[in-house]
Amino acid sequence: MWREVWLVCRKDLIIERRARVTLVQIVPTVLLVLVVFAFALDANPSLLGAGAGGLFWVAVLFGAVLGAKRSFDIEAEGGNLDALRLGGLMPAAILWGKAAALALQLVLVGVFAAAGLLVLYSVTVHDWLLIVVAGLCGMAAFAICGTLYGAMTVGLRSADTLLPLLLIPVAAPVLLAGTRAFDVALGTSADQGWSWTALLAVVLVTYIAVGWAAAGPLLEDA
Amino acid sequence: MGAAVAFEGVVALLDRFPALAGVDLSVHAGEMVCLRGPNGAGKSTLLRACAGLVPVRGERAEVLGFDLRAQRRSVRPHVGLLGHRSPLYGDLRVDDQLRHCADVHRAGTPEVSAAIERFALGGRLGEVAIRRLSEGQQRRVALACLTIARPRLWLLDEPHAGLDTPSRDALDELLADAVTAGATVMFATHETGRSRVAAARQVMLAGGRVEPAAPVPPTDGPTDVA
Repeated sequence: MWREVWLVCRKDLIIERRARVTLVQIVPTVLLVLVVFAFALDANPSLLGAGAGGLFWVAVLFGAVLGAKRSFDIEAEGGNLDALRLGGLMPAAILWGKAAALALQLVLVGVFAAAGLLVLYSVTVHDWLLIVVAGLCGMAAFAICGTLYGAMTVGLRSADTLLPLLLIPVAAPVLLAGTRAFDVALGTSADQGWSWTALLAVVLVTYIAVGWAAAGPLLEDA
Repeated sequence: MGAAVAFEGVVALLDRFPALAGVDLSVHAGEMVCLRGPNGAGKSTLLRACAGLVPVRGERAEVLGFDLRAQRRSVRPHVGLLGHRSPLYGDLRVDDQLRHCADVHRAGTPEVSAAIERFALGGRLGEVAIRRLSEGQQRRVALACLTIARPRLWLLDEPHAGLDTPSRDALDELLADAVTAGATVMFATHETGRSRVAAARQVMLAGGRVEPAAPVPPTDGPTDVA
């Protein structure tokens, strides 16, 4: 099982290394979203600082939608998903392999987005550990969600619009908890940052459980 | 010799449309069968059903001894399917793609080297992205992947499409070698001359059913009509 997960993950990462879609297309889009927010909020430093946590997660969620779409576009092309299934790969291995690759790509997106926050919004980080732990939990949760819905919509003519319609509402708990945790880490809120991170972890575990249950039905007849 | 494919009254629905409407077909292990028929006759669906990728119903639906009605997943690792489109990742290089196929099918370096030699994919071609290859070259990479997978049942949909004459001859040789090695081959094609030469038995499909066998006029040799 884990060998198969690694095979799928490695294949997706090699494709990313060759095509550089995350680096050349998704990261600039996410940074552009941060810039547009700055314009929309009239470059008001106090307003941008107060909303920096939320804007980070909204921008990364856009990146997750694009990444999830891309992740399954390459499988729909030429019937590659069928080829993986004919290779005897377990549906769960395909799902977790793709989720792991997407999570790593989202971490890259998150690093650039965080750098964008520091530069564009002039925020200061008060708790780096909280940022890192909450960030990793959130990216993993987005990746699992995105992979699940990517698998659900693969090959559909309406996938372009259906994927964000399905993914964004389900990712709302991550958006909420991640924003609260980041607000504390950035010093704009005196809330319990680690409690919100614990909630993120619970959401992540829930998505993992749903992924285990849904992998077979989703990828068996996708 | 046992049956590689044993279908009796097999029905497959695609979006409630009966793409297979009661197929009766028996293919012996080690046999080569050419599926013929007009567009929409059910050839592609029959191949996908044999690969365990389409749910089927019927009195009997066995492939390589696996009951497709209950064990569709189990048959897949023993089957190789090459559809209309080549299942390749456009952004991978040729050598990346072949190594990925080898890893998925637990094949070693000798199998990969043999496939590279057979389909002339070595040298600088190995470093080219799949997307940059011509349709015929992509088809050759897909066939190399199929060779690496070493399936017991080869299922090919229009395998000669996009190939030049030497590659078509190489493909015919490959299929003949696969049969010699004990594999079973089923392929669908519209190319009457070549299919007559390559296939030991022809099966005609129409309206999702197998038509009664009709005599095939003799040919003088390979006449590629594509």
